[in-house]
Amino acid sequence: MSYIAKPKFHHPNLPRNGLGLTRRDYEGAMSTLCAGCGHDSVSAAIVEACFELNLPAHKLAKMSGIGCSSKTPTYFLSKSHGFNSVHGRMPSVATGANLANNELKYIGVSGDGDTASIGFGQFAHAVRRQVDMLYIVENNGTYGLTKGQFSATNDRVSLGRKGQKNAFDSIDLAAMAIQLGASFVGRGFSGDKEQLVPMIKAALSHKGFAFIDVISPCVTFNNHNGSTKSFEFFRDNERSITATDYIAPRESITAEYEEGSVIDVTLHDSSKVRLRKLDANYDPSDSAAALQHIMKHEELGEVATGLLYLNVEDTELKEKMDMVNVPLNSLGVAELRPDSNKLESINKSLR
Amino acid sequence: MSLEEQTEKKENRPRAPYMKPTDISDPNYFHKVVDCQWACPAHTPVPEYIRMIAQQRYTEAYMINWESNVFPGVLGRTCDRPCEPACRRGRIEEKPVAICRLKRVAADHRGDIEHLMPDIAPKNGRRVACIGGGPASLTVARDLIPLGYEVVVFDRDSRGGGMMRSQIPAFRLPESVLNEEVDRILNFGAETHFNYDVTSLKKVLDENFDAVFVGTGAPKGRDIDIPGRLEVQDNFHIGIDWLMSVAFEHTSKIGKKVVVLGGGNTAMDCCRTAKRLGGEDVKVIVRSPFDEMKASPWEIEDAQSEDIEILNNHVPERFLVENGKLTGIVFQKVKPEYDETGRRKLVPTGDDPVVVACDDVLCAIGQENHFPWIERDIGLEFDEWDMPVVDRTTFQSTNPRVFFGGDAAFGPENIIWAVAHGHQAAISIDQFCQSKDINERPAPDVTLISQKMGMHEWSYHNDISNEERYAVPHAEKVSALKDIKLEVELGFDERMAFEEAMRCLNCDVQTVFEDVKCIECDACVDICPVDCINFIKNGDEKDVRSRLRVPALDEDQSLYVSDTLPTGRVMVKDEDVCLHCGLCAERCPTAAWDMNQFLLKEGQAKNQRQVA
Repeated sequence: MSYIAKPKFHHPNLPRNGLGLTRRDYEGAMSTLCAGCGHDSVSAAIVEACFELNLPAHKLAKMSGIGCSSKTPTYFLSKSHGFNSVHGRMPSVATGANLANNELKYIGVSGDGDTASIGFGQFAHAVRRQVDMLYIVENNGTYGLTKGQFSATNDRVSLGRKGQKNAFDSIDLAAMAIQLGASFVGRGFSGDKEQLVPMIKAALSHKGFAFIDVISPCVTFNNHNGSTKSFEFFRDNERSITATDYIAPRESITAEYEEGSVIDVTLHDSSKVRLRKLDANYDPSDSAAALQHIMKHEELGEVATGLLYLNVEDTELKEKMDMVNVPLNSLGVAELRPDSNKLESINKSLR
Repeated sequence: MSLEEQTEKKENRPRAPYMKPTDISDPNYFHKVVDCQWACPAHTPVPEYIRMIAQQRYTEAYMINWESNVFPGVLGRTCDRPCEPACRRGRIEEKPVAICRLKRVAADHRGDIEHLMPDIAPKNGRRVACIGGGPASLTVARDLIPLGYEVVVFDRDSRGGGMMRSQIPAFRLPESVLNEEVDRILNFGAETHFNYDVTSLKKVLDENFDAVFVGTGAPKGRDIDIPGRLEVQDNFHIGIDWLMSVAFEHTSKIGKKVVVLGGGNTAMDCCRTAKRLGGEDVKVIVRSPFDEMKASPWEIEDAQSEDIEILNNHVPERFLVENGKLTGIVFQKVKPEYDETGRRKLVPTGDDPVVVACDDVLCAIGQENHFPWIERDIGLEFDEWDMPVVDRTTFQSTNPRVFFGGDAAFGPENIIWAVAHGHQAAISIDQFCQSKDINERPAPDVTLISQKMGMHEWSYHNDISNEERYAVPHAEKVSALKDIKLEVELGFDERMAFEEAMRCLNCDVQTVFEDVKCIECDACVDICPVDCINFIKNGDEKDVRSRLRVPALDEDQSLYVSDTLPTGRVMVKDEDVCLHCGLCAERCPTAAWDMNQFLLKEGQAKNQRQVA
């Protein structure tokens, strides 16, 4: 890790967003992760996306569990709220926070251990309930903090650093999220911000559970020959299925594409997602087809990336529960305690 | 025509001119990144000596300067500082590093240097005449005497130093500082002829000299031709002549009301000197707008802080004379107008003329070369402006035995230019005296050395200071104005010098990129505080510049381009505002980035010797 703080000086011509802020204003503390860690690039992508979306940092909360990935919220958006929970328990804390104050945007950052092992049950129910949040898994297929054991997302064929074989099949978290009912599912790569940043922007504008599985190589324990989550292997075997363009609410679409090659989807905040199909047969609104597509690539030893599944019809947790559309933390005694007449009428109805 | 070329021609599409990988083995590439050193005419390794100052190694800092610019104590007080506007720090915050005043710190705090002086080689039998004893001639002497040359210096004044002595007032440059640095060179064994006016170059050439160096400066102050000029003789003074007369203590007072005409550094020295010799109401009156005055901003500031009023856009029209005595000057008010080419014209505003009463006027509107003592039939060509024809690289005139340097070569400049010329002329004279090709110049001495000490440890201090530029403390005004010899600037103390030195961005510690090691993980892009690193598709330079994270608009600043990487992209680093903090190298998992100190020492006559 670096011992010096990142210098305060920035480029004099650094662009400013609608709030008059530069992307430097969205940064956090200096990372203590290994030099070259993919996670730092994911943090940078989040910074870039929030900057471009003109998000006020104080309207955002960062949620995480335990692990290398879960340390990263310290390294971006230092002016946002945050909660670093117990290992694997971020989804339930995020669910609670979301109900208490749905006026904040929630970014959950988790890892393959935190999500696919210890927190797998928690994860499944946050997805199933459609908690309104962006859930990012920084997926490196290894337990970096405990020195490189295989994680549950490590591919069966992927070898350990000293050539050890992996006995178990891997969990595909993107496929799992589609199956569990997430309404926005994508897969990205820490080394490709051109793909990742628009996807994060779209996910932050989406209402409901948005899941992005980001392959984020562990340079220390899982970036060797024989690993399927190394920079080199991933670049050689990644298959982009869709390219995502995020179009802000009042922005006009300028580029022209061949008919049928693009799908425009309007999100709840009236921004648009333009999906350019790089694979002509792909239909990102059909969950069964999407799953099949992902599995097919997996069989070929390839990894499907891009915005894989998007459903803007589904409702999020609070709507499903028919709850008041104000933050619960704003409800006072007057709203929460019915007066005696009300009580009387309830009692009457029960007699 | 190849098939490819034919196709291109048919499609009327030029071949995409991709940027080639940067050749960092070319010394000019990294030299240019060290903006201060590049801008310095003598190419002094600035960041290296600033680092020495921060480490309290003042003697070494002084010697780096002495090697390169010969007069660190003088220049640390008087240099025109071409390095400071070039300083990278000035592009990321308001003010550049106070390079010039740090140089003075090295001179003020250094220890004994006698044992570090060059050995003087046995006489080689060659004799070189230096006409004029100013900075250019002294540099020639400094470079040639140690090589065994017999150097003979002629000067019309009673001591060496030239304009450093005659034109720079003692309150800016104490005599002791000047004497020490001038005498050090003369004590190498120069033969000196002071109070000696050379009236014929031919005569000098007829004497037994192998080469003659002319470093006579630009000694003629420009006069003004307006009505009344001839009637005010007693109270009209040419600025540089008057300053010289003050320096040699022939003049010690002036009238109460003084007008200084002109807006250059000489005007600033004149007005401040006048203020110390009895001038109570001293005004500088200049034709140009204030912003376009030629004087260095800090000298204008110093004059203003001594309550000297500056009137701009005033053109002198005539002198007012009563009973044969100067009583004032009439000025016409003008305003600047610019044509399409940006050329300025001063147009009368139509306002009433302005009358400024005065007892004395100092005319500092420029100075010129003057060569009445050079015969025109000795094979030394003069051009249409009556200036000698001098080669810009070798400083040789059309008479192969005669070399020029300093203001005598190409007109008035500053001390640091004179020193640079002196070094180059010395190289030429040395080559010439050995009957070698004078166009063969010694290569600079260049080293590029990794600064890596550990995982994230470097042998230079990479934590960027957020301090703002320190102001040099000044002597108390009342006493300063009473004593013409009291130095106004007190210089930085050690603590301030340290803080100021820490503002230096270490631009000589270069980011060196090895493309074969890069895994394109983006870590350097993410960490770079000034967004100068990019991984993008190649293109022509204009296109590449426009596509960077922050477009590289300053085309004087280089782009560092790698060879093509596995993803087909190239690494492009805009050198413009790089802080040289080394975080790219700290965050790089494969050590594709490394921080290397680039040290360039300009070739001098002695280097040529070593090669030969």
